[in-house]
Amino acid sequence: MKYEERLQNVTVLGAAGKMGSGILLLTAIEMADLSLRPENKGKTFVLNAVDVSDEALHGLMGYLRTQVQKIAEKKAVQLRAFYADRADLIENFDIIDEYIFDVLNIVRPVNALEVAYNSHLIFEAIKEDPALKVKIFSQIKNNSKTEPWFFTNTSSIPITELDEKAQLDGKVIGFHFYNPPAVQKLVEVIRSKHTTNEVYEFALQYAKNLRKVVVPSHDFAGFIGNGHFMRDALYGIKEAQRLEPQMGYVKAIYAINKLTQDFLIRPMGIFQLVDYVGVEVCSYIMSVMNPYLKNEDLHADLLDTMIDQKILGGQFSSGAQKDGFLKYEKGRPVAIWDIYSKTYVNIDSFSAEVDTLLGAMPSKMQAWKSINFSKSKDAQLAEIFAELLTMNTLGAELAKKYNQRSNEIGKALVNDGVAASDQDVNTVMLTGFYHAYGPINNYL
Amino acid sequence: MKPHKKVYMYGGYNTVSMGTGRKEFNPKKERPGLEHYIQEAGQGVLKQIGGAQNVDDGVIGNFMAARFNNQANLPGFLPYIDKGLSMKYGTSVEGACGSGGLALQAAIRNVLSGSEVSLALGVEVQNTMKAIYGADVLAGAGWFKKRKAGHAYFFPGQFSERAGAYFQKYGKERARKGMSRWYANAIENARLDETAQEFHNTNADPFATCLSMEPNGKAFVDNLNVLDCSKVSDGASAIVVCSEEGLKRIGVDKSEAVEVISFVQSVRNITEDPTDLTELEAIKYAANKAIAEAGISVHQIGTAEVHDCFSIAGILTVEALGLAKPGEGCDYVAAGKTARNGEFPINTSGGLIGWGHPTGATGVHQAVTIWQQLTGRAGNYQVNIDASRPYGITINMGGDDVTISAIVYKRG
Repeated sequence: MKYEERLQNVTVLGAAGKMGSGILLLTAIEMADLSLRPENKGKTFVLNAVDVSDEALHGLMGYLRTQVQKIAEKKAVQLRAFYADRADLIENFDIIDEYIFDVLNIVRPVNALEVAYNSHLIFEAIKEDPALKVKIFSQIKNNSKTEPWFFTNTSSIPITELDEKAQLDGKVIGFHFYNPPAVQKLVEVIRSKHTTNEVYEFALQYAKNLRKVVVPSHDFAGFIGNGHFMRDALYGIKEAQRLEPQMGYVKAIYAINKLTQDFLIRPMGIFQLVDYVGVEVCSYIMSVMNPYLKNEDLHADLLDTMIDQKILGGQFSSGAQKDGFLKYEKGRPVAIWDIYSKTYVNIDSFSAEVDTLLGAMPSKMQAWKSINFSKSKDAQLAEIFAELLTMNTLGAELAKKYNQRSNEIGKALVNDGVAASDQDVNTVMLTGFYHAYGPINNYL
Repeated sequence: MKPHKKVYMYGGYNTVSMGTGRKEFNPKKERPGLEHYIQEAGQGVLKQIGGAQNVDDGVIGNFMAARFNNQANLPGFLPYIDKGLSMKYGTSVEGACGSGGLALQAAIRNVLSGSEVSLALGVEVQNTMKAIYGADVLAGAGWFKKRKAGHAYFFPGQFSERAGAYFQKYGKERARKGMSRWYANAIENARLDETAQEFHNTNADPFATCLSMEPNGKAFVDNLNVLDCSKVSDGASAIVVCSEEGLKRIGVDKSEAVEVISFVQSVRNITEDPTDLTELEAIKYAANKAIAEAGISVHQIGTAEVHDCFSIAGILTVEALGLAKPGEGCDYVAAGKTARNGEFPINTSGGLIGWGHPTGATGVHQAVTIWQQLTGRAGNYQVNIDASRPYGITINMGGDDVTISAIVYKRG
């Protein structure tokens, strides 16, 4: 079956979710572009957007329309060529409108799984629950008329386990997008022990057409991205707990969040990142990964406490950040959740005190936003961190240790065979997490 | 045409040319509309001439308010400037990006047919839609039957073809140098005029920036980069056209005004492609006719305002004026001869690329700049006007070398 034939009937499971909606968008665009090629005129392309929630599917179509319009506006030059033979489409307005229609006309929002039985390709972006994934894969596999290939967006479950339990005979691959899929360039591709070459090659072609950066990861729970992030987050939690007797809980959370964002020049602090991913999701991913880990307990009681207190982070369907470890106003953290008093404490009321405790930052320090896009990024980072290395402040000491730990986590992923090289680990953190520099570095 | 009686211009006013590049511009926030710009520019003139009671009639030049702003019937906005214009004669004219020039031409004709003081105002408010849709609207300056085959960015596409033909005939490297110098001159001049869209531009080396930006046909057009193009602008300009009686009425000495020595308006058939992509035939015709009718040579002109909607159009206009031979306009510009301190300063307040291109306003803005330069009012962007070269010229173009206005001026 040729590439475009496989893409003539596709199902996205969990299509209205945070990851599913992005995967659906990118796939819909790829399918529409295929359908507009002269050799494919007259062929029908179908993309089933399956989700349990009608309400979410309703919202999904609005999201798609807005996003497809933006994409169409950006590629209007190309679209004019696509529609060159349509005498009725003259202005950019006409052409963009038609393209939006053509993309949306491929998508079938539905809450019944049965539509997947006709698909050649299944993208799965449902809840990170191994048993549920196996159940659904089996159901589709057993009822399908088409022997579909399964692309799972799991960020933590070993693909071989899904393959074997659902008896997919190697017609499955881990295809892990980063959030949000429409923006983040990275895709981790993970073969199960049995994944066929044909499936793997299709996955690479599909990633290339979507202009994604592919990093292959060995099939080990958490892969590279969560392999680093979850351990990094756990370390952040432990560091905050270590500081707690000295400065109190709220200030410790603030200190570590500030440290990871400002001193380590990351796009967001570690607790903000946990909020962004979702407290419950992080906890769940840790629990999925944990049974596979030897000599390591990937678990944080603090996350359980937060979940008990129903302080969960995550995002609204609009993409706005929900409150979690931090409380947000217009996307900016303004307060920290106190697990003892069960209230948010305004950052303004104590930040000056903690900032003083952490001490001054290097004189040339800049925010992630100005470093990450700078042409002289590497030289600037080297200069800043060289100065940080000479400093004895609390902040400098914590930052050095934090970076060393991040380095260790990265090296361990290579040593354990999860990542093929230092380079792959760094690429994942640079493109999937938008870090300005990789964890495996000689800076600190 | 030479006016059969004395005709002057006075009291020019420009709003800010608003759009990307201005610090105060925020595309996500609501901005002043068409009526605001008309009112500001109109009142800016009325303040200098003793008020609306001194005005006999008015002309508004505008290209596409009907699509950018869903607004037609623009003469109705003349009394919105000042109730003193209520019930007076008013009209509007359209000739694409040459609409401002047509407003001047119409006001001159009003004066020649008996009016004493005629208000000429040009306006366009284009930031109401994204550039990709604005390109559709602006494509109306071409023949609609050619729209389908045209580029998504229709006019950049048209002038990219001209630039491509020029590259092929005369050499790309030389041409790109001239085009990049054109851009740099535009920015350097615009930085001296606080109403200019590029007034806040701080690039230390605009020449190098433009030269290093290789055109990319996949994202935009084949032979122009975005800096070769004028930007999307909101703005208005106005000036009054007066007879000698009119000047007396508003209490202005003719030495404070510019005299219209000759005025030419000519059109080329919009349904025909240019015979030679490397020549602006209609501009060449109109500009040289205006110069000849003024009874002067181009070398008696101290400064010019030309229609550089694209850098290549600026260079082709230099050649059309005979300042350089065909194919050598790029070298002439690259050598700095059109810079503000060069031998023939062009577009001294930034032109369309530097000051901005609110399409319907541009022709009037050109006249305002010439009035300022010839009467010593140009402030920071004043250039030296030598007594041996006391003339100024404006050349305004609608479409791809289609609707041309050329006017020769001298201090009154």
